[in-house]
Amino acid sequence: MEILQQLTFLERGIIAGLIIGFICPLVGAFLLVRRITIISEALSHITLTGITAGVFLSQAVIWLNFVNPLYTGFLFSLAGSLLVEKLRQIYRHFQELAVPIILSSGIGLSAVLISLAQSSYNEWYSYLFGSIVTVTLNDLFFIMFTGLAALLILGAFYKELLSISFDQEFAETTGISVNRLNFFFAVLVALVISMSMKVVGILLVGAMVTLPVAASIQIAKSFKQVIILGIIFGETAMIAGIALSYYLNIATGGVIVVAGVVILIITNLVKRLTQAGTAAS
Amino acid sequence: MERKKERPYVLEIENLSYSYGRRNAIENINLKIDEGSFLGLVGPNGSGKSTLIKSILGLLTPQKGSVKIFGKPLNKFRDWSRIGFVSQKANSFNSGFPATVYEVVSMGLYGKIGMFRFLTKKHKEKIIEAIEQVGMEDYINQNIGQLSGGQQQRVFIARALVSEPSLLILDEPTVGVDARSVNNFYTMLKQLNEEKGITLILVTHDIGAMSEYVTDVACINKFLHFHGGAQEFEFQQEEMMSALYGHDVQVLTHNHDHHHHHEYDGGAPQ
Repeated sequence: MEILQQLTFLERGIIAGLIIGFICPLVGAFLLVRRITIISEALSHITLTGITAGVFLSQAVIWLNFVNPLYTGFLFSLAGSLLVEKLRQIYRHFQELAVPIILSSGIGLSAVLISLAQSSYNEWYSYLFGSIVTVTLNDLFFIMFTGLAALLILGAFYKELLSISFDQEFAETTGISVNRLNFFFAVLVALVISMSMKVVGILLVGAMVTLPVAASIQIAKSFKQVIILGIIFGETAMIAGIALSYYLNIATGGVIVVAGVVILIITNLVKRLTQAGTAAS
Repeated sequence: MERKKERPYVLEIENLSYSYGRRNAIENINLKIDEGSFLGLVGPNGSGKSTLIKSILGLLTPQKGSVKIFGKPLNKFRDWSRIGFVSQKANSFNSGFPATVYEVVSMGLYGKIGMFRFLTKKHKEKIIEAIEQVGMEDYINQNIGQLSGGQQQRVFIARALVSEPSLLILDEPTVGVDARSVNNFYTMLKQLNEEKGITLILVTHDIGAMSEYVTDVACINKFLHFHGGAQEFEFQQEEMMSALYGHDVQVLTHNHDHHHHHEYDGGAPQ
């Protein structure tokens, strides 16, 4: 605790970034193979609603002024995540509907709450596009706590989640409870999205979940490699993004995403070249 | 014969019925399966074979009647690692899935190991052993999506075998597998049955190819029409076929699904 309090704002930002760069691809790999990476978009927007609600509450209700908007962001993200599951069951034949429903509700509610709350443009800007220099000690605690919770869930259910993602029917016949697992997975995704908010920003959270694994799946031979390479790419994008955004004074999330896109392009080129190489030999 | 009396049946199905909405898929099925048998479960498409299998596996809850596995009622049965399942390969997995043969086979152990635990050295040995059993050891680190249909099916058998089940259920495992591989495939099943003593249930509409390998046959078309030894079945085959075929025509007129007709013709012996 003492050590954490002595950190400079930049060190806090870097630690937060490294945690996010590690966990986003880890969960992203599961979203990828389950073909639901798009859910991250819906959840990031409903998280914005939570954050605006938090800001609004801390202003409007005196005894709630200690509320860190990240926590209300997480609560909304969790509710959204469970709701997505529910909507996918209700619209069994049109499962893709769940995402636009949650996304547009999220952004609509946010707009309402933003106009009610009185905040500076800068505060919203950092939530939209991410910023490492505004990571407070309280934010860092939140990121560490949610990161740890996400790792615990993954540690507990990694095998089960993989089996269900590959072949749900078979997984059920080995005694794995799909409903229970889907619940924990929803919690996991909600944790990861709300955790990334401060550094990467609402508009770009989906990128951190998607880009590293989209790059790694191009060259990975196994699921394990998708995860390991995804983490390496995620951390690389994160470090490059933080460094460049600090020295050039541009939005952190933006640079991180651009770095992720560059990695994606490189892996695609590498795949092309190696395939051409094997075809020629 | 004496052994059978001492041991419970692997599977006891009593008065089992299941319907999807108004349509009855299976009705009043009674079927007992002895340990060590190799049962061919045949019937035309839409005859309720898959419904019966899903009821056995606990994927569907019986609406009427009961299912007992290893002497235990379905809702009390927990030891799912004793049952291996190989489904119709076709639409059950995404061929772009980034998993190796080793990773796919290890999934057969995941339900058994439990949460917060990872594969031990012993588990890893078992995985390799199961891969060797189906003759896929040369492909252990290959991506599952890059294999042929027959090879993929072998991998799925290994995934079902790795938990060392005493009952192996295969639902139309040869769909999408080329004709030459099918015979090798059945030979491999027969070996598993004879050498390892695994009870097998093979669901198929391909009566011709199957009947050389199985010990028992059950025919269903909504109802159970026949259950007995393979030789007895050979004897009554023609009669059986026409009985099933007759019902098949009824199904045809209900569903307007002409596809059934052709496939069933393909399976008929010359």
